[in-house]
Amino acid sequence: MKRHLISAADLSRGDALLILDTAEELASLADRPIKKLPTLRGRTVVNLFFEDSTRTRISFEAAAKRLSADVINFSAKGSSVAKGESLKDTALTLEAMGADAVVIRHSASGAAHRLAGWVRGSVVNAGDGTHEHPTQALLDAFTIRRKLRASGGRGAGLDGIRVTIVGDVLHSRVARSNVLLLSSLGAEVTLAAPPTLLPLAVDTWPCAVSYDLDTELPKSDVVMMLRVQQERMTAAYFPSVREYSRRYGLDAARMARLPEHAIVMHPGPMNRGVEIAAEVADSARSTIVEQVANGVTTRMAVLYLLLGGTEFPEVAS
Amino acid sequence: MDATAHSVAGRDGLAVLDAEEIRRALTRIAHEILERTHGGDEVVLLGIPTRGVPLARRLAARIGEFEGLEVPCGSLDVTMHRDDLRLRPARALGRTDLPPSGVDGKTVVLVDDVLYSGRTVRAALDALTDLGRPRTVQLAVLVDRGHRELPIRADYVGKNLPTSQREVVHVLLTEVDGQDAVMISDEGRPE
Repeated sequence: MKRHLISAADLSRGDALLILDTAEELASLADRPIKKLPTLRGRTVVNLFFEDSTRTRISFEAAAKRLSADVINFSAKGSSVAKGESLKDTALTLEAMGADAVVIRHSASGAAHRLAGWVRGSVVNAGDGTHEHPTQALLDAFTIRRKLRASGGRGAGLDGIRVTIVGDVLHSRVARSNVLLLSSLGAEVTLAAPPTLLPLAVDTWPCAVSYDLDTELPKSDVVMMLRVQQERMTAAYFPSVREYSRRYGLDAARMARLPEHAIVMHPGPMNRGVEIAAEVADSARSTIVEQVANGVTTRMAVLYLLLGGTEFPEVAS
Repeated sequence: MDATAHSVAGRDGLAVLDAEEIRRALTRIAHEILERTHGGDEVVLLGIPTRGVPLARRLAARIGEFEGLEVPCGSLDVTMHRDDLRLRPARALGRTDLPPSGVDGKTVVLVDDVLYSGRTVRAALDALTDLGRPRTVQLAVLVDRGHRELPIRADYVGKNLPTSQREVVHVLLTEVDGQDAVMISDEGRPE
Protein backbone atom coordinates (compact mmCIF):
# COMPACT_ATOMS: atom_id res chain seq x y z
CA MET A 1 0.00 0.00 0.00
CA LYS A 2 0.99 3.57 -0.56
CA ARG A 3 1.60 5.91 2.33
CA HIS A 4 -1.44 8.11 1.67
CA LEU A 5 -4.99 7.30 0.66
CA ILE A 6 -5.95 10.12 -1.69
CA SER A 7 -7.75 8.34 -4.48
CA ALA A 8 -9.38 4.98 -4.97
CA ALA A 9 -7.11 4.70 -8.00
CA ASP A 10 -4.13 4.46 -5.60
CA LEU A 11 -5.38 1.04 -4.55
CA SER A 12 -4.52 -2.04 -6.55
CA ARG A 13 -6.93 -4.96 -6.43
CA GLY A 14 -4.57 -6.58 -3.92
CA ASP A 15 -4.50 -3.49 -1.69
CA ALA A 16 -8.27 -3.21 -1.78
CA LEU A 17 -8.72 -6.87 -0.89
CA LEU A 18 -6.23 -6.53 1.97
CA ILE A 19 -8.28 -3.63 3.37
CA LEU A 20 -11.57 -5.52 2.99
CA ASP A 21 -10.18 -8.71 4.55
CA THR A 22 -8.68 -6.73 7.43
CA ALA A 23 -12.04 -5.03 7.94
CA GLU A 24 -13.73 -8.42 7.94
CA GLU A 25 -11.51 -9.57 10.82
CA LEU A 26 -12.08 -6.30 12.69
CA ALA A 27 -15.86 -6.52 12.29
CA SER A 28 -16.15 -9.04 15.12
CA LEU A 29 -14.80 -6.39 17.50
CA ALA A 30 -18.23 -4.74 17.55
CA ASP A 31 -19.69 -7.80 19.28
CA ARG A 32 -17.06 -7.98 22.01
CA PRO A 33 -17.35 -6.62 25.53
CA ILE A 34 -14.24 -4.45 25.05
CA LYS A 35 -14.41 -2.74 21.67
CA LYS A 36 -10.84 -1.55 21.68
CA LEU A 37 -7.44 -2.69 20.45
CA PRO A 38 -4.11 -1.30 21.67
CA THR A 39 -2.53 -1.23 18.21
CA LEU A 40 -2.17 2.53 17.59
CA ARG A 41 -1.37 3.53 21.16
CA GLY A 42 0.72 6.68 21.15
CA ARG A 43 -0.16 7.62 17.58
CA THR A 44 -2.03 10.81 16.82
CA VAL A 45 -4.75 11.12 14.20
CA VAL A 46 -5.96 14.59 13.29
CA ASN A 47 -9.44 15.01 11.83
CA LEU A 48 -9.14 18.12 9.70
CA PHE A 49 -12.64 19.04 8.55
CA PHE A 50 -13.12 22.16 6.47
CA GLU A 51 -16.57 21.06 5.40
CA ASP A 52 -19.58 19.96 7.40
CA SER A 53 -19.84 16.28 8.07
CA THR A 54 -21.41 14.14 10.73
CA ARG A 55 -21.02 10.54 9.80
CA THR A 56 -17.58 10.64 8.22
CA ARG A 57 -15.97 12.61 11.03
CA ILE A 58 -17.59 10.54 13.77
CA SER A 59 -16.76 7.38 11.89
CA PHE A 60 -13.06 8.26 11.61
CA GLU A 61 -13.03 9.35 15.23
CA ALA A 62 -14.58 6.09 16.41
CA ALA A 63 -12.22 4.08 14.21
CA ALA A 64 -9.11 5.83 15.54
CA LYS A 65 -10.29 5.54 19.15
CA ARG A 66 -11.05 1.85 18.85
CA LEU A 67 -7.43 1.40 17.80
CA SER A 68 -6.32 3.48 20.84
CA ALA A 69 -4.93 6.38 18.80
CA ASP A 70 -5.19 9.91 20.16
CA VAL A 71 -7.67 11.94 18.14
CA ILE A 72 -7.58 15.67 17.62
CA ASN A 73 -10.67 17.12 15.97
CA PHE A 74 -10.26 20.26 13.99
CA SER A 75 -13.12 21.97 12.26
CA ALA A 76 -12.78 25.13 10.25
CA LYS A 77 -15.50 26.91 12.17
CA GLY A 78 -14.07 28.53 15.28
CA SER A 79 -10.45 27.96 14.19
CA SER A 80 -7.77 30.18 12.70
CA VAL A 81 -9.13 29.27 9.27
CA ALA A 82 -12.02 31.59 10.04
CA LYS A 83 -9.34 34.29 10.48
CA GLY A 84 -7.95 33.53 7.03
CA GLU A 85 -5.19 30.99 7.70
CA SER A 86 -4.17 29.09 4.59
CA LEU A 87 -4.27 25.30 4.24
CA LYS A 88 -0.50 25.22 4.13
CA ASP A 89 -0.08 27.11 7.38
CA THR A 90 -2.65 24.87 9.03
CA ALA A 91 -0.70 21.87 7.72
CA LEU A 92 2.56 23.18 9.15
CA THR A 93 0.87 23.66 12.52
CA LEU A 94 -0.30 20.06 12.49
CA GLU A 95 3.14 18.95 11.46
CA ALA A 96 4.65 20.73 14.44
CA MET A 97 2.17 18.94 16.70
CA GLY A 98 3.37 15.60 15.39
CA ALA A 99 0.33 14.19 13.65
CA ASP A 100 0.92 10.63 12.41
CA ALA A 101 -2.12 10.78 10.16
CA VAL A 102 -4.31 13.59 8.91
CA VAL A 103 -7.84 12.86 7.80
CA ILE A 104 -8.94 15.73 5.62
CA ARG A 105 -12.32 16.85 4.30
CA HIS A 106 -12.22 19.95 2.12
CA SER A 107 -14.47 21.67 -0.37
CA ALA A 108 -11.67 22.03 -2.92
CA SER A 109 -10.85 19.10 -5.19
CA GLY A 110 -7.19 18.22 -4.77
CA ALA A 111 -6.86 19.56 -1.22
CA ALA A 112 -5.81 16.15 0.15
CA HIS A 113 -3.20 15.79 -2.59
CA ARG A 114 -1.73 19.22 -1.78
CA LEU A 115 -1.68 18.42 1.92
CA ALA A 116 0.22 15.20 1.29
CA GLY A 117 3.11 17.26 -0.04
CA TRP A 118 3.35 19.30 3.16
CA VAL A 119 3.11 16.82 6.02
CA ARG A 120 5.22 13.86 7.05
CA GLY A 121 2.35 11.68 8.28
CA SER A 122 -0.15 9.74 6.19
CA VAL A 123 -2.95 11.70 4.57
CA VAL A 124 -6.39 10.12 4.26
CA ASN A 125 -8.82 11.83 1.93
CA ALA A 126 -12.23 12.03 3.58
CA GLY A 127 -13.75 13.86 0.64
CA ASP A 128 -12.24 16.65 -1.46
CA GLY A 129 -14.72 18.78 -3.37
CA THR A 130 -16.26 16.84 -6.23
CA HIS A 131 -13.16 14.67 -6.64
CA GLU A 132 -12.93 11.58 -4.41
CA HIS A 133 -13.97 9.93 -1.18
CA PRO A 134 -12.05 6.65 -1.18
CA THR A 135 -13.02 5.35 2.28
CA GLN A 136 -16.70 5.67 1.33
CA ALA A 137 -16.01 3.50 -1.72
CA LEU A 138 -14.20 0.98 0.49
CA LEU A 139 -17.06 0.74 2.95
CA ASP A 140 -19.50 0.39 0.05
CA ALA A 141 -17.42 -2.42 -1.46
CA PHE A 142 -17.23 -4.05 1.97
CA THR A 143 -21.02 -3.80 2.38
CA ILE A 144 -21.64 -5.26 -1.09
CA ARG A 145 -19.26 -8.14 -0.46
CA ARG A 146 -20.78 -8.97 2.92
CA LYS A 147 -24.31 -8.86 1.49
CA LEU A 148 -23.82 -10.68 -1.80
CA ARG A 149 -20.97 -13.10 -1.19
CA ALA A 150 -21.34 -16.23 0.93
CA SER A 151 -19.89 -16.08 4.48
CA GLY A 152 -18.57 -12.54 4.22
CA GLY A 153 -16.53 -13.30 1.11
CA ARG A 154 -13.05 -13.33 2.70
CA GLY A 155 -10.45 -13.00 -0.04
CA ALA A 156 -13.07 -12.63 -2.79
CA GLY A 157 -13.46 -9.71 -5.18
CA LEU A 158 -16.71 -8.40 -6.61
CA ASP A 159 -16.31 -10.10 -9.96
CA GLY A 160 -19.48 -10.15 -12.02
CA ILE A 161 -21.57 -8.11 -9.57
CA ARG A 162 -23.57 -5.46 -11.43
CA VAL A 163 -23.72 -2.10 -9.69
CA THR A 164 -25.86 0.79 -10.91
CA ILE A 165 -24.96 4.21 -9.52
CA VAL A 166 -27.84 6.63 -9.93
CA GLY A 167 -28.19 10.39 -9.91
CA ASP A 168 -25.93 13.37 -9.41
CA VAL A 169 -22.66 11.87 -10.65
CA LEU A 170 -21.35 15.28 -11.68
CA HIS A 171 -21.02 16.59 -8.13
CA SER A 172 -20.34 13.27 -6.50
CA ARG A 173 -16.96 12.29 -5.12
CA VAL A 174 -18.60 9.08 -3.91
CA ALA A 175 -19.48 8.07 -7.48
CA ARG A 176 -15.98 8.64 -8.83
CA SER A 177 -14.28 6.70 -6.03
CA ASN A 178 -16.81 3.90 -6.33
CA VAL A 179 -16.43 3.56 -10.09
CA LEU A 180 -12.65 3.30 -9.72
CA LEU A 181 -12.65 0.93 -6.77
CA LEU A 182 -15.56 -1.31 -7.73
CA SER A 183 -14.22 -1.77 -11.24
CA SER A 184 -10.76 -2.71 -10.00
CA LEU A 185 -12.49 -5.27 -7.74
CA GLY A 186 -14.16 -6.73 -10.84
CA ALA A 187 -17.68 -5.32 -10.56
CA GLU A 188 -19.53 -4.09 -13.65
CA VAL A 189 -20.54 -0.52 -12.94
CA THR A 190 -23.22 1.45 -14.80
CA LEU A 191 -23.96 5.11 -14.19
CA ALA A 192 -27.61 6.07 -14.64
CA ALA A 193 -28.17 9.81 -14.68
CA PRO A 194 -29.55 12.66 -16.74
CA PRO A 195 -26.93 13.86 -19.27
CA THR A 196 -26.64 17.18 -17.44
CA LEU A 197 -25.49 15.43 -14.27
CA LEU A 198 -22.70 13.41 -15.89
CA PRO A 199 -19.14 14.76 -16.05
CA LEU A 200 -17.71 15.60 -19.46
CA ALA A 201 -15.01 12.93 -19.51
CA VAL A 202 -17.27 10.15 -18.27
CA ASP A 203 -16.50 8.10 -21.41
CA THR A 204 -12.95 7.63 -20.09
CA TRP A 205 -14.22 6.09 -16.83
CA PRO A 206 -14.17 2.29 -16.48
CA CYS A 207 -17.98 2.00 -16.53
CA ALA A 208 -21.06 2.07 -18.74
CA VAL A 209 -23.47 5.00 -18.94
CA SER A 210 -27.24 4.99 -19.28
CA TYR A 211 -29.87 7.73 -19.29
CA ASP A 212 -32.69 5.35 -18.46
CA LEU A 213 -32.88 3.99 -14.94
CA ASP A 214 -35.82 1.69 -15.62
CA THR A 215 -33.96 -0.49 -18.13
CA GLU A 216 -31.02 -0.86 -15.75
CA LEU A 217 -32.96 -1.94 -12.66
CA PRO A 218 -33.88 -5.54 -13.63
CA LYS A 219 -30.21 -6.38 -14.28
CA SER A 220 -28.73 -4.74 -11.17
CA ASP A 221 -27.43 -6.58 -8.10
CA VAL A 222 -26.79 -3.28 -6.35
CA VAL A 223 -28.42 0.12 -6.79
CA MET A 224 -26.53 2.99 -5.27
CA MET A 225 -28.52 6.20 -5.00
CA LEU A 226 -26.59 9.48 -4.88
CA ARG A 227 -27.66 12.59 -3.08
CA VAL A 228 -28.75 15.49 -5.26
CA GLN A 229 -26.15 18.00 -4.10
CA GLN A 230 -28.11 21.21 -4.33
CA GLU A 231 -25.45 23.12 -2.37
CA ARG A 232 -22.92 22.50 -5.17
CA MET A 233 -25.31 23.29 -8.01
CA THR A 234 -24.68 26.63 -9.66
CA ALA A 235 -27.01 26.14 -12.62
CA ALA A 236 -30.29 24.44 -13.43
CA TYR A 237 -29.41 20.81 -14.11
CA PHE A 238 -32.98 19.57 -14.30
CA PRO A 239 -36.35 21.29 -14.79
CA SER A 240 -37.73 20.56 -11.33
CA VAL A 241 -37.08 18.38 -8.33
CA ARG A 242 -40.38 16.67 -9.01
CA GLU A 243 -39.38 15.74 -12.53
CA TYR A 244 -35.97 14.50 -11.38
CA SER A 245 -37.65 12.38 -8.76
CA ARG A 246 -40.10 10.94 -11.34
CA ARG A 247 -37.32 9.82 -13.67
CA TYR A 248 -34.40 9.01 -11.38
CA GLY A 249 -35.86 8.67 -7.90
CA LEU A 250 -36.13 5.20 -6.38
CA ASP A 251 -39.65 4.54 -5.16
CA ALA A 252 -41.41 1.33 -4.18
CA ALA A 253 -42.61 0.67 -7.74
CA ARG A 254 -39.08 0.91 -9.12
CA MET A 255 -37.66 -1.16 -6.27
CA ALA A 256 -40.09 -3.94 -7.22
CA ARG A 257 -38.34 -4.25 -10.58
CA LEU A 258 -35.06 -5.19 -8.96
CA PRO A 259 -34.03 -8.85 -8.77
CA GLU A 260 -34.95 -10.65 -5.54
CA HIS A 261 -31.44 -10.49 -4.03
CA ALA A 262 -30.59 -6.90 -5.00
CA ILE A 263 -29.69 -4.32 -2.37
CA VAL A 264 -30.25 -0.57 -2.20
CA MET A 265 -27.43 1.69 -1.00
CA HIS A 266 -27.11 5.38 -0.23
CA PRO A 267 -24.00 7.12 1.11
CA GLY A 268 -26.08 9.58 3.15
CA PRO A 269 -27.25 12.12 4.00
CA MET A 270 -30.49 11.31 2.18
CA ASN A 271 -33.00 13.66 0.62
CA ARG A 272 -36.06 11.54 1.34
CA GLY A 273 -38.62 12.04 -1.37
CA VAL A 274 -36.08 13.32 -3.91
CA GLU A 275 -33.64 10.57 -4.93
CA ILE A 276 -35.06 7.93 -2.61
CA ALA A 277 -38.56 7.39 -1.24
CA ALA A 278 -38.90 6.97 2.51
CA GLU A 279 -40.46 3.52 2.14
CA VAL A 280 -37.41 2.38 0.12
CA ALA A 281 -34.92 3.89 2.54
CA ASP A 282 -36.58 2.08 5.43
CA SER A 283 -37.11 -1.23 3.61
CA ALA A 284 -35.30 -4.46 4.38
CA ARG A 285 -33.30 -4.14 1.16
CA SER A 286 -31.76 -0.88 2.17
CA THR A 287 -28.25 -1.19 3.64
CA ILE A 288 -28.02 2.45 4.68
CA VAL A 289 -27.64 1.83 8.42
CA GLU A 290 -25.30 -1.09 7.81
CA GLN A 291 -23.11 1.15 5.65
CA VAL A 292 -22.60 3.45 8.62
CA ALA A 293 -21.55 0.56 10.90
CA ASN A 294 -19.29 -0.84 8.19
CA GLY A 295 -17.75 2.62 7.82
CA VAL A 296 -16.13 2.41 11.25
CA THR A 297 -14.78 -1.07 10.58
CA THR A 298 -13.40 -0.17 7.15
CA ARG A 299 -11.75 3.01 8.41
CA MET A 300 -10.15 1.04 11.24
CA ALA A 301 -8.67 -1.25 8.61
CA VAL A 302 -7.33 1.73 6.64
CA LEU A 303 -5.81 3.41 9.71
CA TYR A 304 -4.29 0.14 10.88
CA LEU A 305 -2.71 -0.60 7.50
CA LEU A 306 -1.36 2.95 7.12
CA LEU A 307 -0.16 3.44 10.70
CA GLY A 308 0.15 -0.01 12.25
CA GLY A 309 3.47 -1.03 10.76
CA THR A 310 6.87 0.53 10.21
CA GLU A 311 6.87 4.14 9.32
CA PHE A 312 7.08 4.65 5.61
CA PRO A 313 10.49 5.69 4.32
CA GLU A 314 10.86 9.44 3.76
CA VAL A 315 10.76 9.19 -0.02
CA ALA A 316 7.62 7.06 -0.28
CA SER A 317 5.30 7.12 -3.30
CA MET B 1 22.79 -34.88 16.69
CA ASP B 2 22.95 -38.00 14.60
CA ALA B 3 19.83 -37.44 12.49
CA THR B 4 20.62 -37.28 8.81
CA ALA B 5 19.92 -34.17 6.79
CA HIS B 6 17.27 -34.64 4.18
CA SER B 7 14.92 -32.47 2.25
CA VAL B 8 11.17 -32.22 2.82
CA ALA B 9 9.06 -30.47 0.21
CA GLY B 10 12.21 -29.28 -1.51
CA ARG B 11 13.29 -27.45 1.64
CA ASP B 12 16.74 -28.26 2.92
CA GLY B 13 17.13 -28.79 6.59
CA LEU B 14 17.13 -31.33 9.33
CA ALA B 15 13.85 -33.09 10.04
CA VAL B 16 13.55 -33.22 13.81
CA LEU B 17 10.02 -34.63 13.99
CA ASP B 18 8.23 -36.63 11.33
CA ALA B 19 4.49 -37.09 10.90
CA GLU B 20 4.38 -40.12 13.19
CA GLU B 21 6.30 -38.35 15.95
CA ILE B 22 4.06 -35.28 15.71
CA ARG B 23 1.03 -37.56 16.03
CA ARG B 24 2.48 -39.23 19.14
CA ALA B 25 3.42 -35.87 20.70
CA LEU B 26 -0.11 -34.55 20.21
CA THR B 27 -1.60 -37.75 21.62
CA ARG B 28 0.53 -37.35 24.74
CA ILE B 29 -0.37 -33.65 25.10
CA ALA B 30 -4.07 -34.52 24.78
CA HIS B 31 -3.70 -37.06 27.62
CA GLU B 32 -1.77 -34.55 29.71
CA ILE B 33 -4.47 -31.91 29.23
CA LEU B 34 -7.11 -34.41 30.39
CA GLU B 35 -4.99 -35.33 33.38
CA ARG B 36 -4.12 -31.79 34.44
CA THR B 37 -7.67 -30.50 34.02
CA HIS B 38 -9.26 -33.51 35.75
CA GLY B 39 -11.12 -34.85 32.76
CA GLY B 40 -11.13 -31.85 30.46
CA ASP B 41 -14.27 -30.27 31.85
CA GLU B 42 -14.62 -26.55 31.05
CA VAL B 43 -11.57 -26.65 28.79
CA VAL B 44 -11.45 -24.35 25.75
CA LEU B 45 -8.67 -24.79 23.20
CA LEU B 46 -7.59 -21.60 21.41
CA GLY B 47 -5.11 -21.89 18.56
CA ILE B 48 -2.90 -18.96 17.60
CA PRO B 49 -2.93 -18.46 13.80
CA THR B 50 -1.59 -19.74 11.53
CA ARG B 51 -0.41 -23.17 12.66
CA GLY B 52 -1.72 -23.12 16.20
CA VAL B 53 -5.27 -23.38 14.85
CA PRO B 54 -5.02 -26.80 13.18
CA LEU B 55 -3.00 -28.03 16.18
CA ALA B 56 -5.82 -26.98 18.53
CA ARG B 57 -8.35 -28.77 16.30
CA ARG B 58 -6.26 -31.94 16.32
CA LEU B 59 -5.97 -31.84 20.10
CA ALA B 60 -9.74 -31.37 20.39
CA ALA B 61 -10.30 -34.37 18.11
CA ARG B 62 -7.89 -36.51 20.18
CA ILE B 63 -9.62 -35.58 23.42
CA GLY B 64 -12.93 -36.39 21.74
CA GLU B 65 -11.63 -39.85 20.79
CA PHE B 66 -10.30 -40.64 24.27
CA GLU B 67 -13.10 -39.33 26.44
CA GLY B 68 -16.04 -38.84 24.07
CA LEU B 69 -15.91 -35.23 25.16
CA GLU B 70 -16.55 -32.35 22.81
CA VAL B 71 -13.99 -29.69 23.67
CA PRO B 72 -14.80 -26.21 22.33
CA CYS B 73 -12.09 -25.04 20.00
CA GLY B 74 -11.36 -21.65 18.43
CA SER B 75 -8.68 -19.31 17.24
CA LEU B 76 -7.13 -16.20 18.76
CA ASP B 77 -5.34 -13.72 16.51
CA VAL B 78 -2.71 -11.71 18.37
CA THR B 79 -1.45 -9.43 15.58
CA MET B 80 -3.05 -6.26 16.95
CA HIS B 81 -1.47 -6.89 20.37
CA ARG B 82 2.10 -7.58 19.24
CA ASP B 83 4.95 -5.43 20.53
CA ASP B 84 6.92 -5.59 17.27
CA LEU B 85 4.30 -4.13 14.92
CA ARG B 86 6.40 -1.11 14.15
CA LEU B 87 9.37 -3.20 13.10
CA ARG B 88 7.66 -4.43 9.95
CA PRO B 89 5.07 -3.13 7.49
CA ALA B 90 1.48 -3.63 8.67
CA ARG B 91 0.57 -7.25 8.26
CA ALA B 92 -2.65 -9.03 7.39
CA LEU B 93 -4.76 -10.16 10.32
CA GLY B 94 -5.60 -13.72 11.25
CA ARG B 95 -8.99 -14.83 12.47
CA THR B 96 -10.30 -14.63 15.99
CA ASP B 97 -13.10 -17.10 16.40
CA LEU B 98 -14.34 -17.85 19.88
CA PRO B 99 -16.56 -20.86 20.56
CA PRO B 100 -20.11 -19.76 21.40
CA SER B 101 -19.61 -20.74 25.06
CA GLY B 102 -17.00 -17.97 25.39
CA VAL B 103 -13.99 -18.03 27.71
CA ASP B 104 -15.41 -16.65 30.98
CA GLY B 105 -14.66 -19.00 33.86
CA LYS B 106 -13.10 -21.62 31.56
CA THR B 107 -9.72 -23.28 31.49
CA VAL B 108 -8.26 -21.83 28.32
CA VAL B 109 -5.41 -23.75 26.72
CA LEU B 110 -3.54 -21.59 24.21
CA VAL B 111 -2.02 -23.68 21.41
CA ASP B 112 0.88 -22.64 19.20
CA ASP B 113 3.43 -24.39 17.04
CA VAL B 114 6.73 -22.98 18.33
CA LEU B 115 7.56 -21.30 21.65
CA TYR B 116 10.56 -19.01 21.23
CA SER B 117 10.86 -15.51 22.72
CA GLY B 118 7.48 -15.77 24.44
CA ARG B 119 6.32 -12.49 22.91
CA THR B 120 3.50 -14.07 20.93
CA VAL B 121 2.16 -15.67 24.09
CA ARG B 122 2.42 -12.34 25.92
CA ALA B 123 0.35 -10.78 23.13
CA ALA B 124 -2.12 -13.67 23.33
CA LEU B 125 -2.58 -13.14 27.06
CA ASP B 126 -3.38 -9.47 26.41
CA ALA B 127 -5.77 -10.34 23.60
CA LEU B 128 -7.50 -12.85 25.83
CA THR B 129 -8.00 -10.29 28.60
CA ASP B 130 -10.09 -8.18 26.21
CA LEU B 131 -12.30 -11.14 25.35
CA GLY B 132 -13.23 -12.32 28.81
CA ARG B 133 -11.94 -13.65 32.11
CA PRO B 134 -10.87 -17.30 31.99
CA ARG B 135 -10.41 -19.14 35.27
CA THR B 136 -6.97 -20.39 34.22
CA VAL B 137 -4.84 -20.02 31.13
CA GLN B 138 -2.42 -22.74 30.07
CA LEU B 139 -0.07 -23.07 27.13
CA ALA B 140 0.53 -26.02 24.81
CA VAL B 141 3.23 -25.93 22.13
CA LEU B 142 4.49 -28.50 19.68
CA VAL B 143 8.11 -27.31 19.92
CA ASP B 144 9.87 -25.34 22.64
CA ARG B 145 13.09 -24.04 21.16
CA GLY B 146 14.28 -21.95 24.13
CA HIS B 147 15.68 -18.40 24.10
CA ARG B 148 12.86 -16.89 26.15
CA GLU B 149 12.80 -13.10 26.47
CA LEU B 150 9.88 -13.00 28.91
CA PRO B 151 8.96 -14.96 32.05
CA ILE B 152 6.71 -17.41 30.19
CA ARG B 153 6.77 -21.20 30.09
CA ALA B 154 4.65 -23.86 28.45
CA ASP B 155 2.43 -26.30 30.40
CA TYR B 156 2.48 -28.90 27.64
CA VAL B 157 5.43 -29.39 25.28
CA GLY B 158 5.60 -31.74 22.29
CA LYS B 159 9.37 -31.59 22.03
CA ASN B 160 12.07 -29.54 23.69
CA LEU B 161 14.44 -28.56 20.92
CA PRO B 162 17.75 -26.95 21.83
CA THR B 163 18.60 -24.48 19.07
CA SER B 164 20.94 -21.65 18.39
CA GLN B 165 19.34 -18.27 17.69
CA ARG B 166 20.79 -18.35 14.20
CA GLU B 167 18.70 -21.40 13.34
CA VAL B 168 15.11 -21.37 12.14
CA VAL B 169 12.46 -23.91 13.12
CA HIS B 170 9.72 -24.64 10.59
CA VAL B 171 6.63 -26.53 11.62
CA LEU B 172 4.81 -27.96 8.60
CA LEU B 173 1.24 -29.18 9.01
CA THR B 174 -0.92 -31.01 6.52
CA GLU B 175 -3.77 -28.49 6.84
CA VAL B 176 -1.51 -25.57 5.87
CA ASP B 177 1.57 -27.02 4.17
CA GLY B 178 0.33 -30.31 2.76
CA GLN B 179 2.44 -32.47 5.07
CA ASP B 180 3.50 -32.94 8.70
CA ALA B 181 7.11 -32.30 9.76
CA VAL B 182 9.27 -30.15 12.00
CA MET B 183 12.41 -28.92 10.30
CA ILE B 184 15.40 -27.01 11.53
CA SER B 185 17.62 -25.06 9.17
CA ASP B 186 20.01 -22.17 8.94
CA GLU B 187 17.99 -19.80 6.79
CA GLY B 188 14.56 -18.26 7.20
CA ARG B 189 11.24 -19.31 5.76
CA PRO B 190 10.77 -17.50 2.45
CA GLU B 191 7.92 -15.04 3.01
